Amino acid sequence: MKEFFHRKIERNAIGFVLAIVGVASIGGIVEIAPLFTIGETVEEAPDMRLYTPLELAGRNIYIREGCYACHSQMIRTLRDEVERYGPFSLAVESQYDHPMLWGSKRTGPDLARLGDKYSDAWHVAHLINPRDVVPESVMPKYGWLMRNELKYDDLGLHLAAQRKVGVPYTDDMIANARWDAYGQANPDSSYAQGVAERYGEATNIRVFDGEPARITEMDALVAYLQILGRLTDAAHQTAAAAAEE
Amino acid sequence: MDHETLVAFAKSWGLFYLIIFAVGVLVYVFWPSNRKRFDRAKKSILDKDDRPGE
Amino acid sequence: MVSGLTVSERQLSLVVLTALALCGLAMAAAGRADALGIHGFIVLAFSLGLIFLVISRYNDPEPPTERLSRYYDDPTKVGIVLTMIWAVVGMFFGVWVAALLAWPDLTFDAGWASFGRLRPVHTSGVIFGFGGNALIATSFHVLQRTSRARLPDQFSPWFVLIGYNLFCVLAASGYLMGLTQSKEYAEPEWYADIWLVIVWVVYFLIYIRTLQRRKEPHIYVANWYYMAFILVVAVLHIVNNLAVPVSFGHAKSYSLFSGVQDAMTQWWYGHNAVAFFLTSGFLGMMYYYLPKRAERPIFSYRLSIISFWGITFMYMWAGSHHLHYTALPQWVQTLGMTFSLVLLVPSWASAGNALATLNGAWDKVRTDATLRFMMVAAVFYGLSTFEGSFMAIRAVNSLSHYTDWTVGHVHAGALGWVAMITFGSLYALVPWMWKQERMYSPKLVEVHFWLALTGTIIYVFAMWNSGIIQGLMWRTYNDSGTLAYSFIDSLVAMHPYYIARTVGGLFFLAGAIVASWNVWMTIRMARFGQSQESGADVPVYGKADAVQAGE
Repeated sequence: MKEFFHRKIERNAIGFVLAIVGVASIGGIVEIAPLFTIGETVEEAPDMRLYTPLELAGRNIYIREGCYACHSQMIRTLRDEVERYGPFSLAVESQYDHPMLWGSKRTGPDLARLGDKYSDAWHVAHLINPRDVVPESVMPKYGWLMRNELKYDDLGLHLAAQRKVGVPYTDDMIANARWDAYGQANPDSSYAQGVAERYGEATNIRVFDGEPARITEMDALVAYLQILGRLTDAAHQTAAAAAEE
Repeated sequence: MDHETLVAFAKSWGLFYLIIFAVGVLVYVFWPSNRKRFDRAKKSILDKDDRPGE
Repeated sequence: MVSGLTVSERQLSLVVLTALALCGLAMAAAGRADALGIHGFIVLAFSLGLIFLVISRYNDPEPPTERLSRYYDDPTKVGIVLTMIWAVVGMFFGVWVAALLAWPDLTFDAGWASFGRLRPVHTSGVIFGFGGNALIATSFHVLQRTSRARLPDQFSPWFVLIGYNLFCVLAASGYLMGLTQSKEYAEPEWYADIWLVIVWVVYFLIYIRTLQRRKEPHIYVANWYYMAFILVVAVLHIVNNLAVPVSFGHAKSYSLFSGVQDAMTQWWYGHNAVAFFLTSGFLGMMYYYLPKRAERPIFSYRLSIISFWGITFMYMWAGSHHLHYTALPQWVQTLGMTFSLVLLVPSWASAGNALATLNGAWDKVRTDATLRFMMVAAVFYGLSTFEGSFMAIRAVNSLSHYTDWTVGHVHAGALGWVAMITFGSLYALVPWMWKQERMYSPKLVEVHFWLALTGTIIYVFAMWNSGIIQGLMWRTYNDSGTLAYSFIDSLVAMHPYYIARTVGGLFFLAGAIVASWNVWMTIRMARFGQSQESGADVPVYGKADAVQAGE
């Protein structure tokens, strides 16, 4: 029986193929299958808010420039990391991150809790020439972010695609995406009010790049950097609860 | 199917599968009548012949 | 190239190329407001160029039917040349990005020249450009010889080779424009991913169709490894790249997965890309070219089968060791760590099997740099799999993760194992393919060997040092119980090592350039008819005493 089976597998190349696929994928499936229900293990965060269109555009610039190659966004549950960067990262904090940007290398520091740590002006100066602010830095200069106008007319499509993969953007958010992007970086415009209505009063609505006249890629990237770790308070609450015990 | 069930299944049957599989491979490798084919396979690649078989 | 195709195959090529050109046109039209449009033009130009090539040779005489009694090696030859081109390109970008970390202002204030965009050009250039082309070229050679059967037709191998290189070009040019999914080693966007799936299916079919027609009763183990490479990479590629494009006019897409699920999928992919692209495929290479070059059968055939199934089975579970101490559930981390440790067994079985094969032929290793490349590759394979298992231990990983140690580990594998086994195999294969007694210059092979070994050692030691120093500085406390060093302190401490690694990379690149020159001169030697039909490395044609198939 055994003999017959092996002979057959070998003689027939297709059988051999099935054997390899079976052996290899069962390993993956057994390991990954529980992750399809992982929603049950992810913490609750009722206060979690979504990226605004401007922040999403900034996140896409972060991806485009390959920032993830040198900066992680995942603070591990180790004492020195928590003391250096802040409360360790929770799964819920990246639940709307398509894709996640946990990173794998820290040529530069972790950015998971970067939001509100520095001023907008600091970020702009740092991105234009990192060595003006941190003389020892090896980060590239990103001066063109200030020169490039942000392309925001198609952000509605981006939000719609995000909704398809599971991020709960409303029809209202999708329909107003481009105006919300404009309004968030122009606090004096008539569009600013809608951003706060749709994304919450705590949303940063201001001129991020210091130039009110134009919406640049710098506006978008700084808006994104300033929200890192600020979408929910869950990690700080978990840390506080642990401290009390 | 909830998460706990899947985890329990993965943990228990994964190991079982591993053991069965290892036994299967060892049986195949040491099956006496396979010795000849393995010997041929390992030596025949050294042949200098450089044309497809007839 | 074209004259080797039958008339119906030439027609098929024109049909396929026209379809491809139309796809390019559609991309250019739909994506005219996006970077997708530029890729559309690249696809269009690429296919028009090939259409022109086919038409210019369309009326050449058909190849004689006598061809069917010979192996079809033209795609392998072109694949070897492409491998060498990508080696130089990919390694050049590697030296460049290494230099950027020591001298960060080398970017000309241009987006395309910044570290974040160049790095994937380096990683994809060496992994997919250099490694992938080497695998395709050698697999066609090994498949035919071990099956004693010719490739099933003349069209599909070209489709695979050229289609795959189109994918590589789209990938590399996309990164420079900022097109990336941000998934490491799976950066190309959705349309390039779809194209690769099509290419891969044809690749798989070539393998199956040839194996079905094989004249040997048993499928030689090298083919098992190549098959596992083809099949599992297909599964990994499809799952990890599931995404929704913003629209058909946008290059940008959003991953189907998010957060912890995406992290697990990505590193399940990432780790198994190392396993099945950079290990399985190259083990296939080793199991054929090493015994062939040493003229000794593999030490234990049984052991090679056991390690094959061990690797195929266990690698799949190990990916989660990339996510120790993260928001991933603990049991998945532990599972990944356990299997990473067990993996050492089949890995060392392969490395040991290779070295034991050379036992008794050490004099050859001493005199023949080609064989020495393969031996050193096996040693580095053993070293880096040991290191990998070690780094998968949670406690070790807490120190090594996020540091240059990981980069050092990867390069011990990539330079020491993948590149060395490839160069060794190519130095064996090139004279066989072009019917020469030996490479143009055995002395340059020797030079290349020492350049490569020196470069690898400098690089790996620099990264070990910097990684461990970095990891220790991040977690050192002073007497008052606060962190002793700022992040920037650790960065300053890295500077000398970043220079050293650039120098190491430069050595390795110089070796690759020497190799390319040597391969090119060997091809020229063949072209000018200095072919010698005798000697150990040359296949024997029609000699009475040659061993015939089936004997």
